[in-house]
Amino acid sequence: MSKTLFDKVWDSHVVRSIEGGPDVLFIDRHLIHEVTSPVAFLGLKTRGIPVLYPERTFATADHNTPTINQHLPVADPLSANQLKALEENADAYGIRHWGLGHQKNGIVHVVGPENGITQPGATIVCGDSHTSTHGAFGAIAFGIGTSEVEMVLSTQCIMQPKPKKMRINITGSLSKGVTPKDVALFIISKLTTSGATGYFVEYAGEVFENMTMEGRMTVCNLSIEMGARGGMIAPDETTFNYIKGREFTPKGEAWDRAMAYWQTLKTDADATFDKEFTFDGSSIEPMITYGTNPGMGMGISGRIPEAQEVEGGVATYEKSLHYMGFHEGEPMIGKKVDYVFVGSCTNGRIEDFRAFASVVKGKHKADDVTVWLVPGSHVVEEQIKEEGLLDVLTEAGFSLRQPGCSACLAMNDDKVPAGKYAVSTSNRNFEGRQGPGARTMLASPLVAAAAAVTGVVTDPRTLIQ
Amino acid sequence: MAYDKFTVLKSTAVPLPIENVDTDQIIPARFLKATERVGFGDNLFRDWRYNPDNTPKADFVLNNPVYSGKILVGGKNFGSGSSREHAAWAIYDYGFRCVVSSFFADIFRNNCLNIGVLPVQVSAGFLEKIFNAVFADPQTQLEVNLPEQTITLLATGESESFDISTYKKDNLSNGFDDIDYLQNIKGEIQEFASKLPF
Ligand code: SF4
Repeated sequence: MSKTLFDKVWDSHVVRSIEGGPDVLFIDRHLIHEVTSPVAFLGLKTRGIPVLYPERTFATADHNTPTINQHLPVADPLSANQLKALEENADAYGIRHWGLGHQKNGIVHVVGPENGITQPGATIVCGDSHTSTHGAFGAIAFGIGTSEVEMVLSTQCIMQPKPKKMRINITGSLSKGVTPKDVALFIISKLTTSGATGYFVEYAGEVFENMTMEGRMTVCNLSIEMGARGGMIAPDETTFNYIKGREFTPKGEAWDRAMAYWQTLKTDADATFDKEFTFDGSSIEPMITYGTNPGMGMGISGRIPEAQEVEGGVATYEKSLHYMGFHEGEPMIGKKVDYVFVGSCTNGRIEDFRAFASVVKGKHKADDVTVWLVPGSHVVEEQIKEEGLLDVLTEAGFSLRQPGCSACLAMNDDKVPAGKYAVSTSNRNFEGRQGPGARTMLASPLVAAAAAVTGVVTDPRTLIQ
Repeated sequence: MAYDKFTVLKSTAVPLPIENVDTDQIIPARFLKATERVGFGDNLFRDWRYNPDNTPKADFVLNNPVYSGKILVGGKNFGSGSSREHAAWAIYDYGFRCVVSSFFADIFRNNCLNIGVLPVQVSAGFLEKIFNAVFADPQTQLEVNLPEQTITLLATGESESFDISTYKKDNLSNGFDDIDYLQNIKGEIQEFASKLPF
């Protein structure tokens, strides 16, 4: 029978299927961090059960960590406590741990691919919804709750019904100034935040075939924002070139065997999907969000839609615009920006800093904008220095912070004050996501850079050659 | 984590007719710093419920003594966003045992089922009826019957059935969780793992 890429990977991991219930799915790789794991370890202790395969779990600290002075003790006692709990639990159960200050430390979805933990055909979970990032490599990857973290620790399995399948094709090519982030925000604006709920998405078409691994990760990362369980892209030469030689990828003969298998990981020509969408890549322009969910996005040169034009309740729509201090029919270009945040597992990779630097090069930071540039990991931080990007940034009046989730969810001190406007390359513009009362506009690193040098929402196409 | 068994729940309901209620609203990230599962109910809907100076916001439904009960009724696409199970814990810890909506986000629905909160998905029309009934009379009772898989407005007898897998239904009615199940098939899992190519 013909199968989709998703079927191939899922079916090969089903330990058993329960009638009238979920599948028992074997998990190859498990990533944990300090926030969603402590209660799971507590559960193991209470039940008195061990971790079944500690070598399949990888721990890093990211959500709570400060992005300056990481060499000093963490000031917030609650955060410090979670970091300590992660370290102690990892130690007690023999789990590899890349804590604060470790060379390999960084955001969980950045360090996984960087170290070759993420591989085609694997099942990967983490107690974080943006685990969908790893789907860029042709893996099935999705976020789980803490009860499920406990399941994976104790049995390396979770229990889930098999999702339905959706394919999103983007044909043609992207115009100047249009990035993978814009592609994702465009798709979510078309499908809405719940449009893919219950589905696992495969992204296909020339736009994705021609995309770098960093770009594919950005797109798969945002799958959850349209409700999808996850998103994936068939592995190809771009994928294999990226992972070859990384620490946890197979070597020598094992690599050849893996390659023979990985090359079979594509959707069969006559396989079918429960739902399919096709969009033309050349119709996408740089995007920005104007509301309080990632589906409320628009082309940067457009106007904020009228309540009548959007799906869903008028009251909810008005509540959202009221929170943002925006009005129907207004343009976004020219709106005041107080903060710019570049970072997160969505856009905190080297390519994102290259993009940012390409715009700000030879210009200067706008005076009344606070800019937080937060690399996704130490490896990214090093790369920024090695490639000379740090010099470009410094010359333009910017500085670099240390890696972590930072203002993406504002669990540490990187909070946008109430009422202030932030252009952020992260993934969520929910009320209060970047700090109580903070107003977030999601966009690409190019749009962020344009805002950082002009102090207002600016079309980056006017600043690039 | 053990939870109370769920069979038939008769209760008044708390109405929250807002769409796309995300888990950052249910429990803001800054309250996720605990290493134990206690006290989350106090921070349920924290920023909608309290002013920055911690005084209650009079216009938020949880601060309105007229509404109470073990059933939370929310607008479409309830629980979108982050995978934090803390959102479901906060709902359970506050005292809710059931959330009713016309549509749930996936991970949130799963998390609820794993910790003993029953997500009941009804049609948009029936959700409207529930909201109207509760707003007209906050004392109106709902019955959520898990064995029968029905939800009923007791005043009028209007009823709708809801879906749940037989496996999850068994778990909820017995207070079991997936870890109990998986522990019992550990041998089979290890056998499976030993045959994996990688
Ligand atoms: S960067 Fe944001 S979305 Fe990504 S793992 Fe951290 S908190 Fe989650």
